[in-house]
Amino acid sequence: MEREIALQLKGISKYFGEVVANKDVDLTLYKGEILAVLGENGSGKTTLMNMIAGIYFPDEGQIFVDGEEAVIRSPQDAFRHGIGMIHQHFKLVDVFTAAQNVVLGVREKGRYRLKEVNEKVAAIAGKYGFRIDPEKKIYEMSVSEKQTVEIVKVLYRGADILILDEPTAVLTPQETEQLFDVLRRMRDDGKSIIIITHKLNEVMEISDRVAVLRKGEYVGAVDTSETDENQLTEMMVGKKISLNIERTEPKNPCDRLIVGHLDCRDREGVKKLDDVSFTARAGEILGIAGIAGSGQRELLEAVAGLQHLEGGTITYIDPESGEEVNLRDKTPMQIRELGVRLSFVPEDRLGMGLVGNMDIVDNMMLRSYGKGKSIFLDRKDPKKLAENIIESLEVVTPGLHTPVRRLSGGNVQKVLVGREIASTPTVLMAAYPVRGLDINSSYTIYNLLTKQKENGVAVIFVGEDLDVLIELCDRILVIGSGRVAGIVDGRTAKKEEIGLLMTRSAEPVPADGGAEEAVGEAESAEEMPAEDVGTETAGKDTEDKGGADE
Amino acid sequence: MVAFLISTISIGVVFLYGCVGEILTEKSGNLNLGIPGIMSVGAAGGCLGVSLYMGGLSDTADANYFLVILSAVLMSALFSAALGAVYSFLTVSLRCNQNVTGLTVTTFGVGLTTFMMESVVDRSRLSAASTLIKLNLPFAESLGVVGEVFFSHGIFVYLAIVIAIVCGWILNRTRIGLNLRAVGENPAAADAAGINVTRYKYVPTCVGSVIAGLGGMFYIMDRSGGMWGYGVEAIGWLAVALVIFALWRPIVSILGSFVFGALYIAPNYIGGANRELFALLPYVVTVLVLILTSVLNSRETQPPAALGLAYFREER
Repeated sequence: MEREIALQLKGISKYFGEVVANKDVDLTLYKGEILAVLGENGSGKTTLMNMIAGIYFPDEGQIFVDGEEAVIRSPQDAFRHGIGMIHQHFKLVDVFTAAQNVVLGVREKGRYRLKEVNEKVAAIAGKYGFRIDPEKKIYEMSVSEKQTVEIVKVLYRGADILILDEPTAVLTPQETEQLFDVLRRMRDDGKSIIIITHKLNEVMEISDRVAVLRKGEYVGAVDTSETDENQLTEMMVGKKISLNIERTEPKNPCDRLIVGHLDCRDREGVKKLDDVSFTARAGEILGIAGIAGSGQRELLEAVAGLQHLEGGTITYIDPESGEEVNLRDKTPMQIRELGVRLSFVPEDRLGMGLVGNMDIVDNMMLRSYGKGKSIFLDRKDPKKLAENIIESLEVVTPGLHTPVRRLSGGNVQKVLVGREIASTPTVLMAAYPVRGLDINSSYTIYNLLTKQKENGVAVIFVGEDLDVLIELCDRILVIGSGRVAGIVDGRTAKKEEIGLLMTRSAEPVPADGGAEEAVGEAESAEEMPAEDVGTETAGKDTEDKGGADE
Repeated sequence: MVAFLISTISIGVVFLYGCVGEILTEKSGNLNLGIPGIMSVGAAGGCLGVSLYMGGLSDTADANYFLVILSAVLMSALFSAALGAVYSFLTVSLRCNQNVTGLTVTTFGVGLTTFMMESVVDRSRLSAASTLIKLNLPFAESLGVVGEVFFSHGIFVYLAIVIAIVCGWILNRTRIGLNLRAVGENPAAADAAGINVTRYKYVPTCVGSVIAGLGGMFYIMDRSGGMWGYGVEAIGWLAVALVIFALWRPIVSILGSFVFGALYIAPNYIGGANRELFALLPYVVTVLVLILTSVLNSRETQPPAALGLAYFREER
């Protein structure tokens, strides 16, 4: 097949002060292909894409569009060259309608009439099979609808080269499928697409070629059909790493936290938790799966003493005395005074977890400032702890006294998880602890969680990547619209069945059966033989490859 | 009663200028607390322009209507735009804290105004110019009470209402308005859409300052009859509060400014022991509106989401 080059980068470099974000990167994108750009966190994928989209300007190197050199100094320049980017964090104005967002900043001739814009948007949507209501306000939309608006926005400007920065991070498996269908349709229409993702199985499924970046440098590109996940990982990390999470058998699990019939509403009076009951056991990882915003946050906050509850019980069983302690309607301080060692890694790291402007030592002290008898703060122990965490978790930081705000997402997360684990909890709750982390850091976190489990901690893990949940967790609680849609066994669960549980409970429309049997099988966890873990992963791999061949 | 209504309209117009100017500014994401200072400077600039023009004449009776208006508007605009540009430079280009910058601008503006009015401006011919500026429509007398209330004002009263309507139209019905609102709501989104955020913050802030400055000029040269007083700053603060009352909508602000105007002067007409209590009314009403909008909790009645925040594209 004759392949025309749509976009070519030559020797692109970008520096942020001392930090090298990209060094001498060459990249080629052909017309009518989907190119996946793969790399760990901080490998410079997003920076590189931002340079193509005009957000940053390269310090060195050239960009060629359709064979001609292009100087892209602003997003406007990028549009002129037919390049559009869909950012990881949507760049939409909440109080505007979809159509208003689409025409925003477009310099067209003729009068500005929203009606015509609405019609044009609907036409684009029809062409590629989107579902979109041009007059709907953004703040009323779901994540996937917002993403659709972003894509339409780019198409409206006549983009031929689309860049998607981690588009699937916030989508359910079903929504991801829909997105991939749209992308394939656009590819068949002759558009060139660059997709950034962390998820290897998605790379295998959607892309035609894969380009790999490592530490800001271009490693190489391969045809997707001629590679596999192991080779890609090796290219990405630079060494072989095992992608299997070692799931050990729970050692004499016993009930640690019993939650019964929780009800809770948010400030607007919308029901966020509806009759939620579950038991977290010591020595086990309980996964929580669900579409973002289905009540995961409220659930963890309720246990941590940060949510006002309308009804229900939260009972903690003391590991030493076996006493039952009531945690409902207690503040975090009261919970700690009761001798309950509860650790909480919230999803909002710099909002709830750490103070961005304080350094690592001060952030350690947030948990221990009350200790000690003198009126002065004890800085020695927190400092030791901080040094300890930096060393053991390989936190990359200029020093102990750098404000955590300046660290990269993965390192911030390590600091937070490190602090929470250091307090030797008996219950550890982590909400999306690997969000935005690269493969290496993610596995560090998974291993930390597994280690805590082996130490007899009851771990509650809220995750978004179903593959990981299935590999990591002993049991998985699926939550939908604040209700428990089912509790499945991590060793036997299938991704599709969890996905179905997630979405079905979100919509009142009854879907077909089939997932029914999964519910309530949780109790059989202990009897499962260990070999099952291996076969489960292998099974998943073959499935993914099957998808890529289509 | 007629005197009360006439007075309400003329004081309301001062509010209207200040409020529309601030709405335009806030829609671009700049919370300009320098408005009271800018209104003061606008007043001083207008007085300076008029006094320069009048000073060059041998007799005040020779004064040309259009030249008086022109000299007042030009110098007022020049001074308030300059202060607006200083504010924009500090908050947009240097990304200083908007509240601190705004308060500084107010302090500076009020001080500069006092200095100018006491030491620079020749105030002897201001009242003569004021009679020209207040020149009303020729047919006002023939319309009886209606004419007296609504048409006995100078040109700047009607200009204020036109400006408010035009601003409302631009904000809601044009591409420029759409872009401007986007910058105030989510500058990152606007930037990614190819809008020049810096320009869309500078221009509305300076234009808004000019509009607000005209309010100050109107207060001295029209309502006060050319007499210098110290009321501008207080009105400036109320104008900022009025933005909240008007829910960031220029058209609503027309109504709002007359309500505020009536409440503001009501104590003078009521008299009695409770005058000070009545003087609180505009503030009480603002608090009530705040409570009401937060209870309603509609996204449309909220301030621009990025109000008060500096934007830096390469922030990581």
